[in-house]
Amino acid sequence: MSLLRHEHWVLRKVLSWRVAASVVCSVFLLPVCTAVFILLTRIDIVHPVQWISDAFSDLYTSYTVFCMLLMSVVLVIISIFNCEFYTVVPSIPCSRLALIGKVIHPQRVIHSLVHAIMGMLVAWCAAVITKGQYQFLAVPCSVKQSSNGLSSQTCLNEYHLFLLLAGAFMGYTYSLWYFINNMNYLAFPAIQQYKYLRFRRSLSPLIKHSCVESLYLVRNFFVAYYFLGYIPRAWISTTMNLQRDSKVQPLDTLRTLLDLSLFYHTWLCGVLLLITWYITWVLFKIYATEAYVFPIQTSFAEETDRCLPKVLSSSPPPVVKYLALQDLMLLSKYSNSRRQEVFSLSQPGGHPNNWTAVSRECLTLLNNLTCTLVAHQEAAAPNGRVAHASSSGESKPSSSNLVCLLGTSFRDDLTCQTQRSNLIPKTSAPSLIKLSSSMQNLGSPFSSPVVNQTATMLDPNASWFGSVQSPQVMRRGPKLWTTGEDLQVKGIECSSYTPELIVSIKKPGPPSAAFIWLQHRQEQIKNFLAKRALIMYLFNKHPEASSQAVFADSQTHIWALEGLSHLVAASFNEDRFGVVQTTLPSILCTLLTLQEAVEKHFKLPHASSKPPRISGSLVDTSYKTLRFALRASLKTAIYRITTMFGEHLNAVQVSVEHQKRLRQFLEFKE
Amino acid sequence: MCSLDLFRAPLPEGEVTLYEYNNELVPGASYESPPPSFQAQCIDLPVLMLPKEILKAPGRLEHSSKDAFIYYQETVWKRCINAWREVGLSGLLDEIAKSEDEVPTWLKRGSCCALTVCRWLSSFHSSLFPHLSMKSEDMIAEFSQAVDWTGCSLRAFAWHPHTSKFAVALLDDSIRVYNVNSTTIPTLKHRLQKNVAAMAWKPLCASLLTVACQSCILVWHVDPTSLSTRPSSGCAQVLSHPGHSPITSLAWSPAGEMLLSASPVDTSMLVWDVSTENCVPLQRVGGGGVTYLAWSPDGSKVLAATPSGVFRVWEAQMWTCERWPTLKGRCQTGCWSSDGSRLLFAVHGESLIYSLSFTEHDGELQGQVGGAKTATVLADLSETTFETENGVVRIGGEIHSMTWDPSGQRLAVIIKGDPTVERSRTVLAVFRTRNSPVFELLPCGFIQGEKGSEPQLMSFHPCFQKGALLTVCWSTGRITHVPFYFVNSHYPRFSPSYSPTMAGSRVYSSNVPELFSEN
Repeated sequence: MSLLRHEHWVLRKVLSWRVAASVVCSVFLLPVCTAVFILLTRIDIVHPVQWISDAFSDLYTSYTVFCMLLMSVVLVIISIFNCEFYTVVPSIPCSRLALIGKVIHPQRVIHSLVHAIMGMLVAWCAAVITKGQYQFLAVPCSVKQSSNGLSSQTCLNEYHLFLLLAGAFMGYTYSLWYFINNMNYLAFPAIQQYKYLRFRRSLSPLIKHSCVESLYLVRNFFVAYYFLGYIPRAWISTTMNLQRDSKVQPLDTLRTLLDLSLFYHTWLCGVLLLITWYITWVLFKIYATEAYVFPIQTSFAEETDRCLPKVLSSSPPPVVKYLALQDLMLLSKYSNSRRQEVFSLSQPGGHPNNWTAVSRECLTLLNNLTCTLVAHQEAAAPNGRVAHASSSGESKPSSSNLVCLLGTSFRDDLTCQTQRSNLIPKTSAPSLIKLSSSMQNLGSPFSSPVVNQTATMLDPNASWFGSVQSPQVMRRGPKLWTTGEDLQVKGIECSSYTPELIVSIKKPGPPSAAFIWLQHRQEQIKNFLAKRALIMYLFNKHPEASSQAVFADSQTHIWALEGLSHLVAASFNEDRFGVVQTTLPSILCTLLTLQEAVEKHFKLPHASSKPPRISGSLVDTSYKTLRFALRASLKTAIYRITTMFGEHLNAVQVSVEHQKRLRQFLEFKE
Repeated sequence: MCSLDLFRAPLPEGEVTLYEYNNELVPGASYESPPPSFQAQCIDLPVLMLPKEILKAPGRLEHSSKDAFIYYQETVWKRCINAWREVGLSGLLDEIAKSEDEVPTWLKRGSCCALTVCRWLSSFHSSLFPHLSMKSEDMIAEFSQAVDWTGCSLRAFAWHPHTSKFAVALLDDSIRVYNVNSTTIPTLKHRLQKNVAAMAWKPLCASLLTVACQSCILVWHVDPTSLSTRPSSGCAQVLSHPGHSPITSLAWSPAGEMLLSASPVDTSMLVWDVSTENCVPLQRVGGGGVTYLAWSPDGSKVLAATPSGVFRVWEAQMWTCERWPTLKGRCQTGCWSSDGSRLLFAVHGESLIYSLSFTEHDGELQGQVGGAKTATVLADLSETTFETENGVVRIGGEIHSMTWDPSGQRLAVIIKGDPTVERSRTVLAVFRTRNSPVFELLPCGFIQGEKGSEPQLMSFHPCFQKGALLTVCWSTGRITHVPFYFVNSHYPRFSPSYSPTMAGSRVYSSNVPELFSEN
């Protein structure tokens, strides 16, 4: 997750500079915010000229300059937290317990505490700039206390303390919202725009959002202070040896709290805090998600690691992968010359290495998604059905298992997922997904018995596969099969670049008695727990959330789909060596299988078929609708290929079932 | 420069234009009884008649059901709250100012003053942009591409970009979808589907129809395999954005990824991701709104016309724009050549066709539109008189709409007549065009409909392989298709399925006065 500790060259050479630039920008914007803040604190409609001249003269006082420096430090720290905690894949809690766990994770507790302290610092700056009765924590007492008649007697200024506590409260709430609303999720923009225009576009909702949110926060804080305000007051006055001014009323009474000026200044302080922090956050997002142009190929040996195909296939950190896929999508759409580079052949040897690597990565991504979807459907099927299906129903090649794979080892992912789901029929969806994603990390111990039974049908006229074998494939192969299968499987693996149709037929052997017993126990425990209302409340899964979680990283799939389909469509006119033709069957196969899986997912009973209403607010909730975007772009991608190739697609070797589907697409009947 | 003088005189009344063949427009007596050599079987499209009379009048004209209830006087504060919720601040002030002796006089006087200031400000605002003071329907009628939007039974027309399927929006706020390959004609109705100004099918999709309504954009999923004639309103998504209504124009990106929508009251046009219902506003303040959008067929540029004398050309990668002040009036219509290198546009109140050329777009030119420095005048369609059998006909005037066929070889223009001049009528003129190596614009002829009908809307079929096919909606409610047979550079595999020698001559001889008479 961290941006600073990583060693990947994109993070080091590109993103770190972008983050630095965003910090500099937000620091430069700070004086503007401060000036507006000063103007608003001294608002005086009766004497406008004096008001404005006073405000501007206050801008240059040493107090204000010091406060601005301090707030810049705060912004730097906030930025550091932003880049420590950002993520490109949103984390979607599937149950209430997960949500609570998300908030009380130790790292996040630190985040919240630091934000509370930063909030307090900003509030201190605001109080000092505001002047008047808010400026100092300790003020000389209005009346001399009778016991000791010294004039240096100081009392506690409760207004100052009130502002400080309000700042801490706001900082803490900001941090809570940050995690609950997934504000650490970096949403990539739907359309490309220049940074300045993007910032200008988000500025007005940002200001509006900050003002409104500050209003609610101040209201909540007033209530909290009314009930609990005496605790920090007593604590501060005892530790700092400040006395209470007996003449001034304590602030936690109704009469003193209903002070319009106090309310206004607290609100302004909140607005300053939220606006500066949100600006930092927005700038960080804008800079980090800006498109980066990767070279396709280079003539210098030391720069080969920077090329797009290399970056894609080297399993980089997620944000780099996102940037690379975004660049792939952009080049496939807009740049003729860069598409030419993708279709070109390598200079000595004449292999289409670029296209092979790019298409391979995209297909791998899409196949992974298909497998995850199939697993999710198995898990989400009504109770009992899965167990039944495992014993009898799946022995025939059901269409969900008819997964055509490009080379590598998804079949063992798939089979072990389904096998696992047989063992624990009522596994909750999130755990299963976690399981499947962990299996994509390969080397799973569950794969051995099933792979042998995997019937493979190799494409009959696959004589060309040896020639397009790329070094990446060869290198990747053994890594993917760490479990050490028998030679037969390795043989399949080596011929990995054939568009093969794999029908996984599973006949799992009879489960052992231990498993049955375990399953039984588990069932009993579950039934027992299900009767406790609180536990049910905490563990109850939100079906919508589990569906969202499956598609959490679908932005990559959408880009892969768009990039791939635009490249294939462009190849009709631009591909001079015919490099795309060789992979066309497997691309079509992957797309159609994925389409089938996606359509099935939308037919699941709990997944809503329409995107939810999104209120236009600052917080990006686009991750909630990714599955709709994926479905639409998948269909568009298939149509893009079919309309471009037209009747020529009849000459492409695909299975009969897929040929039928393709015909439907050609006739515009989908 | 081309002008109407070069055109052949329009047909006598009572004859209709059937098709173009061998560079001649072939007339006929009527659509129902075409001459034997007519190649109508090659197109096989329904000729429709949807007159005003058969359409049911819209159910309710009022927007609220206020009239159905007995009047009941509520207390002034309750009324104020309601007015605040329904109309906003001005409603609240209005309610206080109107109340008699329920509120203190100072409050009443204050709200009267505030109301006056409000009105003065709004009148100042609308004096800058006069269209803002119009009613919503008038605004749609003004900026719609239909010639007579309020009076005619046909309001909008859209061909599906890939198949022989089209949608027609009717006066009674319903939409009918006609498909050549199926006999079911789905009729789309929705509570929010009012005053349809434009429609657009999503490219690279079989079933998605977007409809620009008065208050929102409706996205219909018209399943091509379904047999239902009344799809439920559950098949429709509603896209709305505050301050973005009425919507007068829609444009899909040719790659089918995003939808643009424009409203004359909103200075920003919205880029929609229809599947997720998210939108990104693209704002430029000058102009006071966006009335008409046209996306170039290669997807690289978008024309956005405003209600004042400015239009913009956006570049669709980084979304920057070039601003074109047109001095005379607003840009009324525009169309792109198929490679996106040339834009033809017309200005409201003028009878000239202008052309703007753009440098080749290659993706390397990031963030630049690359337009030429000045626009050139291509044609002057000002009024010309023609002597016909029925007397003098005046043709010419301001240009209402233009479309270019996908192959770039025919340009259809609706020229509005001047209602104050007698015998002046709205006509549909077609030009032959060529874009490369040099741009050429040659007259082709007038397309004439039945007696008493004037062109209302027109659209080229997006994938007609034997040339170009122009669909015309007439003011009588008739929809006809006029094929132009020529070798289409888009579809070089053109093979004539009929004998070219016999077709043209025989039909032609029956209508044109014979050159060599026997006696």
